Amino acid sequence: MSNPPVLEFRGVTKRFGTLTANDDVSLTLQQGEVLALLGENGAGKTTLMNILFGHYQADEGDILVDGEVLPSGSTQAAINAGIGMVHQHFTLADNLTVLENITLGTESLWSWRQDEARSRKKLAGMISDYGLVVDPDTMVSELSVGERQRVEILKALYRDARILILDEPTAVLTPQESERLFATLKSITAKGLAIIFISHKLHEILAVSNRIAVLRRGAIVGTLETASSRREQLAELMVGRTVTRPKLSAIEPGKLVLDISDVSTGGTGATELKEIDLSLYRHEIVGIAGVAGNGQGTLADILSGLRTGFSGTIQLNGQMLDAGNPRAIVASGVGRIPEDRHARGVVADMDIWENLISEDIRSDEICRAGFIINGASARARAERQIEDFDVRCKGPDAETRLLSGGNMQKLILARALSNTPSFILANQPVRGLDEGAIAYVQEQLLEARQRGAAILLISEDLDELMTLTDRMAVMSHGTLSSALPTGERSIAEIGLMMAGHGDHADASTGSLSNGH
Amino acid sequence: MSDFLDILLTAGFWAATIRIVSPLIFGTLGELICERAGVLNLGIEGIMTVGAMSGWMWVYQGGDLWTGVMFAACMGAVFGLLHAVFTVHLGLSQHVTGIGITLFASSLSYFVYRMLLPDATTPPKIVPFQPIAIPWLSDLPIIGEALFTQSALTYLALLVVPMVWYVLFRTPVGLAVRMSGENPVAVEAQGINVLAVRTGAVMVGSAFMAVGGAFITMSWFDAFYFGMVNGRGWICVALVIFASWRPGRALLGALLFAGLEAIQVRAQQSAGAFIPYQFFLMLPYVMSILAMIVMARKTKYPQALLVPFRRGERV
Amino acid sequence: MVIEPRETVSVWRAGLAPVWAILASLVICAVLISWAGASIPKAYSLLFKGAFGSAFALNETLTRSIPLIFTGLAVSVAFRAKFYNIGAEGQLYAGALAATFFGTGLVTLPPALMVPFLVVMGALAGGALLIVPVLLKTHLKVDEVVTTLLLNFVVLLVVSYLIEGPWKDPASLGWPQAASIIDEGVLPTLLAKGRLHFGLIVALFMAVIIWLMMRFTVQGYEIRAVGHNARAAEFSGIRVNRTVIVTAMISGGLAGMAGVSETAGLKGYLTLDLSPGFGYTGIAVAMLAQLNPLAVVPAAIFLSAVYVGADAMSRAVNIPTYIADVLVGVSILAVLCSVMLSQYRIRWRA
Repeated sequence: MSNPPVLEFRGVTKRFGTLTANDDVSLTLQQGEVLALLGENGAGKTTLMNILFGHYQADEGDILVDGEVLPSGSTQAAINAGIGMVHQHFTLADNLTVLENITLGTESLWSWRQDEARSRKKLAGMISDYGLVVDPDTMVSELSVGERQRVEILKALYRDARILILDEPTAVLTPQESERLFATLKSITAKGLAIIFISHKLHEILAVSNRIAVLRRGAIVGTLETASSRREQLAELMVGRTVTRPKLSAIEPGKLVLDISDVSTGGTGATELKEIDLSLYRHEIVGIAGVAGNGQGTLADILSGLRTGFSGTIQLNGQMLDAGNPRAIVASGVGRIPEDRHARGVVADMDIWENLISEDIRSDEICRAGFIINGASARARAERQIEDFDVRCKGPDAETRLLSGGNMQKLILARALSNTPSFILANQPVRGLDEGAIAYVQEQLLEARQRGAAILLISEDLDELMTLTDRMAVMSHGTLSSALPTGERSIAEIGLMMAGHGDHADASTGSLSNGH
Repeated sequence: MSDFLDILLTAGFWAATIRIVSPLIFGTLGELICERAGVLNLGIEGIMTVGAMSGWMWVYQGGDLWTGVMFAACMGAVFGLLHAVFTVHLGLSQHVTGIGITLFASSLSYFVYRMLLPDATTPPKIVPFQPIAIPWLSDLPIIGEALFTQSALTYLALLVVPMVWYVLFRTPVGLAVRMSGENPVAVEAQGINVLAVRTGAVMVGSAFMAVGGAFITMSWFDAFYFGMVNGRGWICVALVIFASWRPGRALLGALLFAGLEAIQVRAQQSAGAFIPYQFFLMLPYVMSILAMIVMARKTKYPQALLVPFRRGERV
Repeated sequence: MVIEPRETVSVWRAGLAPVWAILASLVICAVLISWAGASIPKAYSLLFKGAFGSAFALNETLTRSIPLIFTGLAVSVAFRAKFYNIGAEGQLYAGALAATFFGTGLVTLPPALMVPFLVVMGALAGGALLIVPVLLKTHLKVDEVVTTLLLNFVVLLVVSYLIEGPWKDPASLGWPQAASIIDEGVLPTLLAKGRLHFGLIVALFMAVIIWLMMRFTVQGYEIRAVGHNARAAEFSGIRVNRTVIVTAMISGGLAGMAGVSETAGLKGYLTLDLSPGFGYTGIAVAMLAQLNPLAVVPAAIFLSAVYVGADAMSRAVNIPTYIADVLVGVSILAVLCSVMLSQYRIRWRA
């Protein structure tokens, strides 16, 4: 240790009530290195960064930049000390220009004018220095996800950041875009900046970092040199036990369940569907890969009954899908797991039993005389479902908002899977969950497959799709590729297809190694 | 029909339009500033009443006209602060808080007025702002009388429009305000305190509203009557939507409504025999609803309007 | 300052929130009373006596609570679905217009049918007034607060036109008022003395009906789900727009009933001062009741007592009657605050 660390966490502890989110975290970051911060969802990575940025104040411990204590509770102090953050959920205003987004807060608020010429010049210099090409006068709403991330990085660099923190930066990128990001990071560290790279994806961390710090349940459980680390060892450190995510067992597909034929929604936007064809059979899980915002949401909305207004046909077990009617669709044997638990999945301010009856409230089991809710019957069923799906709660009358993310997802599974649907739409079913809950959700899906359900799994996580699906299709700009048996296409091929290079892209143009 | 054309050609009509546009300008700009920062301020009707009462009362108690306007603005800012504490800091419903502020602020104004003037049977009067004829320019035909023989407060209203535009779109603080209304997380990430920006915007906006109210009692009329704001605040809220949150268009919308009101007064005199006066009085309210219908499909709301911000919380 | 949700909200903490709000409002108004130079205990005891101190006072307080129960229910139902109906005042007058239109001789039925007929017509009129704002909200996303507020002014002008013009009662000696409701349509008084009328029974009945609906029926479930999380409600198959429209019709209907009750029960004929802002006070009633239909009844009686008591108090100690309106405004803000503090905790460092 010849150089003093540019950034140091010393015994940082943060508690929320009874929960200890960060427990005596000590870390150092050296100039010019990439330190990976590895941990599963809920391990405390985000809390640690929120403390660094002054959104929270630590209960104990200090943060030092260049050997000096950083004042706590001040975002401004962190920025002034040269720390820049690239958030996982971009912090950009859609209806303002790139330049406006970047220059916000860089001039004194009480100045009478903005020095636009100076900012343009500085920005142009950085764009060429780092190869982060983006037009300063475009509205952010018109940028692709990759371009938005470049704006986020430029925003940090524009403020002369010497320490760059990237929070799950590849979650929304294609494999090729990720590669490009890694190259950018190399050029940034070459200029003497230091980087903290937060992720739970092992292969990326192994590819990009110099050192790895592993965070589990709020505490650092190990700091390793990347060169001497192995994948399995990291996985075990991160989760605290040997990781066994469920695997597919061989099973012959059965008869046709869902048949989507020539479905278009009109329009040319990226989210509008263009002549989609897809068939799902009993006993199989079909995955749809793709960068968010390429039509997966539209397809999910149609299959969930939230949207009408499309051409083409969708048949479920030989019957036409009752488009735009969620209750009829559920009654015809569809189980739906929505993309966003909080926004779509549950009404957090209502009780658990009330959320469990939301999809079939007018059924004979729940509804008397056509308009009165049979509370006793609904509660009895809710108790069974809570038991069956291991929802940890005080009982059917508990408020739903008090559930943890994993238990909320179990509640949604209980609602979607209880009446053994023949088709299951699972849209990002494990996003944001910890390993235990991920394994539970995936096991439930595999059990449903075993039982004979056809499952459509929409995910941005290629690793998940590679291990969990029988066949896979790729969605890009509203078109859907053919669904080939998983493994027939390489990760590199899929990445190119995600970027819109069609079904028969030449895989050799992607220089990616398969991460498995 | 020719009656209406005649009205449109008289200098008196235009002078009246410009005169009564002032409260609408102040009110609309005030609401616009609040909403650009992401806060719907339905306290406007009450805050205008506070301005009308407090500015007038200041002068009636022997104060000077301009310090009266300042006093009204400060009282507006105080109620703006109250609104901001509830909606910005505590994150409470902007709709319900605004209605609560309106009921509280207007009833408090009436209470204070009655406290200070318990025995007044006819509302006492003050000497209001007088029209100032600007040399040379006021001699121009029609425009001269309409634009250049107004009271100082009207000149101020017209001047404030480009000033608000400049501050919102050409200065760092304006950028911070607009960004707070679009994505407060982005503002916080750049080291700017969103709560402070929003609080400031609501206070300044509310001060504008109060000055709009003060204009009614200190320049347009010379006394304070109960119920004299009479829904102008709500019309301003509609005008902000009509203007798509742009100061220039807000001026245009305000002129349209002031013209409507000026025409209404004159048309009542010529057509009052055939059409009951109530229908003329209805016009501004009905037009406000129509204006919102017309603009509803086209406008882009500030994305974070009505969304409270809490530090460290992911949206 | 950090606001974080409490993990458990005890029933008594939540139940006491409106009580804290009322206390806070009384303290704030006490400042105004002492500014007026009156003794605070004396002023409040005068207020209490004026509202509850005699059979007559109690009778008046209950009479005045009738329109507040209706408008409080109207606001409660609407706010539950996050449909911010601030137009109960206008809907009240719409109901009164309907009562006047049908009840002054156009239709004559035996009293047992005439009274329900007028109530239903008033409810339909109140609901009808909300059709434009609710469709604008569901189909064009136009904020309903502004449209319902603006319609209040329009309706008042329509009333003004009608009672000064075509509906003016020739027997009124020049006063702008409509003809009286025919005897068959008048709501009977409940007691031998005083003005308390049958409207109270209707109001209590509606409070129970609405409570049952919100708690035990599919419709109530859907209204609550839409209010709490419209996107999740839509996902589970609730037709959100339809639910909001139904909610608006119920809300407008309840406010319309207030108009019928005031016209056919209390005044006997339509005037421009039929309501001194019952529609707006209904918001405070609903907030104090925390949108619970049964709690609307005591909340309405409380605010009615404030108005009736404030009249008596201001006569005795020379405090402007606007003190009652101030208390209504303050109570809305105070209850917002106290309910939040019952569910969240504020810590002063992050």
